[in-house]
Amino acid sequence: MITKNYIITAAEGMHARPATALVKLTKRFTSAISIKKGDRTVKLNSLLNILGLAIKGGDTISITTDGEDEVTASVAIDTFFQEELKHL
Amino acid sequence: MITGIGVSPGISIGKAYLLHKQQATLTGILLLNDRDVAIETEKFNNAAALSISEVETIIAGYDTTTNSTEGLDILEAHIELLSDPQIKDDVIEKISKERKNVNDAVIEVIRDAVQLFKNMDDEYLSARAADVQDIGDRLLKNLSITAKTPTQQYEPDTIIIAEDLTPSDTISMDIIHVIGFATLVGSRTSHAAIIAKSRCIPAVVGCGEQLNSIKNNDMLILDGQTGQIIITPDQNTIEQYQIKRETWLAQTAQLRSLKDTPALTTDGTIINLLANIGDAGDMEQAIDLGAEGSGLLRTELLFMGRDALPTEQEQFEFYKAVAQKAKGKPVIVRTLDIGGDKQLPYFNIPAEQNPFLGYRAIRICLDRKDIFITQLKAILRASAFGKLKIMFPMISNIQEIRAAKAILEEAKEELIKVNLPFDKTLLVGIMIEIPSAAITADLLAKEVDFFSIGTNDLCQYTLAVDRMNEKIKDLYDPYNPGVLRLIAYVIEQGHKHHIEVGMCGELASDPKATLLLLGMGLTEFSMSAIAIPQIKNIIINNGLSAAKQVHQRVMKMDSSTAITAYLQEINT
Repeated sequence: MITKNYIITAAEGMHARPATALVKLTKRFTSAISIKKGDRTVKLNSLLNILGLAIKGGDTISITTDGEDEVTASVAIDTFFQEELKHL
Repeated sequence: MITGIGVSPGISIGKAYLLHKQQATLTGILLLNDRDVAIETEKFNNAAALSISEVETIIAGYDTTTNSTEGLDILEAHIELLSDPQIKDDVIEKISKERKNVNDAVIEVIRDAVQLFKNMDDEYLSARAADVQDIGDRLLKNLSITAKTPTQQYEPDTIIIAEDLTPSDTISMDIIHVIGFATLVGSRTSHAAIIAKSRCIPAVVGCGEQLNSIKNNDMLILDGQTGQIIITPDQNTIEQYQIKRETWLAQTAQLRSLKDTPALTTDGTIINLLANIGDAGDMEQAIDLGAEGSGLLRTELLFMGRDALPTEQEQFEFYKAVAQKAKGKPVIVRTLDIGGDKQLPYFNIPAEQNPFLGYRAIRICLDRKDIFITQLKAILRASAFGKLKIMFPMISNIQEIRAAKAILEEAKEELIKVNLPFDKTLLVGIMIEIPSAAITADLLAKEVDFFSIGTNDLCQYTLAVDRMNEKIKDLYDPYNPGVLRLIAYVIEQGHKHHIEVGMCGELASDPKATLLLLGMGLTEFSMSAIAIPQIKNIIINNGLSAAKQVHQRVMKMDSSTAITAYLQEINT
């Protein structure tokens, strides 16, 4: 199990477009992936859940990956937040 | 003001009724046993799959050069929401634990999710409530296809506003109070357009997202000719359009009274007025408008909107239904005309540089004999139930006719072997829509029983003009002297060889052209059923000798501008 924290740098927070991209990304892995904001934890395979967290710019979230491909999944999510998110 | 494609002329003044927003009502039905739970769960899965494929179709057709990429993002998000495991789990839990039916389960899950978003203090996120509602509406719409929808009663003077109208929507629609409709998607050939035309209801389709700005009960003026919709017009505008509406109503009433009047010219020549139709329902409507049969049954509808080729039996049922509705009147069945702008999802025609000059219609049929012979057998079998004729599209030379007829003979032999009845006197004809076919009409006439002139393609091919190309669309002109000469020649050669000549292109329904075509000797006109009364009105008020003079004068003119001006003038 790997847990990592990320700070949302985009001012408008986690909008439909990056959220959709993130859900699609996590579907590539078999690991159970969850996202936590404050005291709420939801599975990352649901766009409804992610949008429901109302993640804003400046929020800190943590993502946990657990499963056979957790290492690759975690690296992909890192790249997503550090690189791809800027272009979305 | 909103502008879409005016597909059915006339003016409607009335109140908006948003069709899709009203479908969701709780039934309160509780499921009795596990079997029901399994059935409802299955219904949900099917509706979700269908909804996803619908959105995928919209995405595939989404043009980012004219629309915002944001719209595309939203559609992508809709796909995610439709396949969202959380939504699915919640719905299935309501079905299995609370024993609610799928309709109620979806309504409640969507309602809660919408509420969750509406309560967010972030403006952007609370606006996402509309997206959740949208996918919920789509799911509910797709759930109701199999469910029995009660006939909706509308207030008098209702204008229906919908994303699109499916056959099931229009079947259950009470058309006494509905005076017009407008749809977000669609083209001249979409179901909504065809239904509107056949029922003489003014309609505008393909209005785009702007249509969403209309709210329930908004006062609307809809002009089905120009494609314009005016939202909450002022009193002056309403009065102006009321006058227009009354003129239109008076005209249509007068024209409809011609239904049982035979189409005879003043000197007693019988003219056959036929309808272009897409299915048995259209045939019925067309006969109501005075059609003497159908000069063009498009069979593409039967092949579209599905994921595999229709079987011989399915096709047989379809053609048989049309033959029966025609009640002994003739119906010309055109064999499959796909390719060009008409694609089938399960029959992949690779992209071509010039699809209109490519692999389409009879060219596909002669190449894919399996598809062709299945259709021919189905048409033949249906010919035992009415007066059907077979017509091959896109013929460019005599070899194609011979090859198609040879396959038709094979189909007949197969039916004889298994003792299935068909009309042994069934007539076989071709579309004349390629210039080479028009110019060799004298040769082709010896091979077939009839010609039907397809003016749309004939015009496009003769003038080398792509109708879809905005920059040159003015060159697309059936009154070009070159096109008119070809048409006149085909009619003349048909007469010379004693075969029937009809016309099923748009020119047949253009009142400007009626006298000219009569003068050329055309005696069979096939068109949208709605145009029949107007054309009939011209025929019964004119004689053949006058029409011949019109033809002679037109042939002396050297430009379409002069020709159309002259035709316009004699028509008023």
